[in-house]
Amino acid sequence: MATLSVCQSQCGGFSFDYCKRNALLEAEITKLGCSVPAARKTGTTICGVVYKDGVVLGADTRATEGMIVADKNCSKIHYISPNIYCCGAGTAADTEMTTQIISSNLELHSLSTGRLPRVATANRMLKQMLFRYQGYIGAALVLGGVDCLGPHLYSIYPHGSTDKLPYVTMGSGSLAAMAVFEDRYKPDMEEEEAKQLVRDAIAAGIFNDLGSGSNIDLCVITKGKLDYLRPHDEANKKGVRLTALESAAEAGSYRYKHGTTGVLTKAVTPLHLEMVEETIQTMDTS
Amino acid sequence: MNTRGLRSQLKDSVPVTGLCPQTGAYGVPDTLRKGFSSVKNELVPSHPLELSEKNFQLNQDKMNFSTLRNIQGLHAPLKLQMEYRAAKQIQRLPFLQSSNVALDTLRGNDDSIGFEDILNDPAQSEVMGEPHMMVEHKLGLL
Repeated sequence: MATLSVCQSQCGGFSFDYCKRNALLEAEITKLGCSVPAARKTGTTICGVVYKDGVVLGADTRATEGMIVADKNCSKIHYISPNIYCCGAGTAADTEMTTQIISSNLELHSLSTGRLPRVATANRMLKQMLFRYQGYIGAALVLGGVDCLGPHLYSIYPHGSTDKLPYVTMGSGSLAAMAVFEDRYKPDMEEEEAKQLVRDAIAAGIFNDLGSGSNIDLCVITKGKLDYLRPHDEANKKGVRLTALESAAEAGSYRYKHGTTGVLTKAVTPLHLEMVEETIQTMDTS
Repeated sequence: MNTRGLRSQLKDSVPVTGLCPQTGAYGVPDTLRKGFSSVKNELVPSHPLELSEKNFQLNQDKMNFSTLRNIQGLHAPLKLQMEYRAAKQIQRLPFLQSSNVALDTLRGNDDSIGFEDILNDPAQSEVMGEPHMMVEHKLGLL
């Protein structure tokens, strides 16, 4: 075993071992006329809004895996630090690990500085990490929090570009949610007004985007206070039917009521049977 | 695969030998994972990120040195490089994984966590070189 004796030191991080094997397998399988499994489609609605003295983050709770709903009540608002939270859209594992790593880094950072971390710090860490991996980490994030300079809200794209805006949306339901924001956003809203606006934006995503669904989670961050509402609202209650008007829900089942179809004629014919013979056989149970 | 793309991938990069070593973890060529051995296999990265990840620390050090030189003058990167060199020499025996804590502190990496700390950590590697051979190799006797 002379070759094993001197093994070179490897460095940590992502391993690209299987890329070559997968390319090899793909070439062989394509030759046979088959195709390798493709990546599953994902879908999400996440959004956030800045109001008078804080930030409201919102998310739906459906985990989409192609044509399948993988989880009906998953959590998409991730912890970054006590005053910063982050919604994640895209590959679930990537958003989870990205937010966990940045959360750990920010904790170390705040331990060494002795202060609460700033949202701009979290934003810079996230964008530098995502840019390093050139979009191969599929995490589209909405980062919001309150620090010494007031409330801040960022949207971060998988390739590492960021926007700082008063209201942002992300995910496949972002267009529906943004339509609600564009219509009804006002600067310096009250908390209840902001919560209702975010709830309606996520509900628009849930009802108009097939990749989003189930409940509405909210996270309200103000200076020194955090409200993690999970679930804040259930958009689709089981057994409760949505009428023509959205949100005007009416109790009822999906079955047709008795008498929906009118009976035209009705005839009852009694069936008389005569007993001809009856015998009883004892069963052999010995 | 177009050859022009390959050339652009190879250009402007620090030459790295053994990008994809032909021998696997157990000393024999791993045909299933690496394919049949060829020169191209060894030179061309199998993933767009592979090369930039391989050279990430090197490129970042270079960038920091040149920034330092522009701000403070040539003496600063020279002094820092000397310290890096000194810190790199503090190692465990060649067959054991070094923590590189002095080097990490110099780089400012000691208070940050990245994927290199949690994925594929060399300190938790399952294979180890033969101690005597590794020491002799390091000393240049082999």
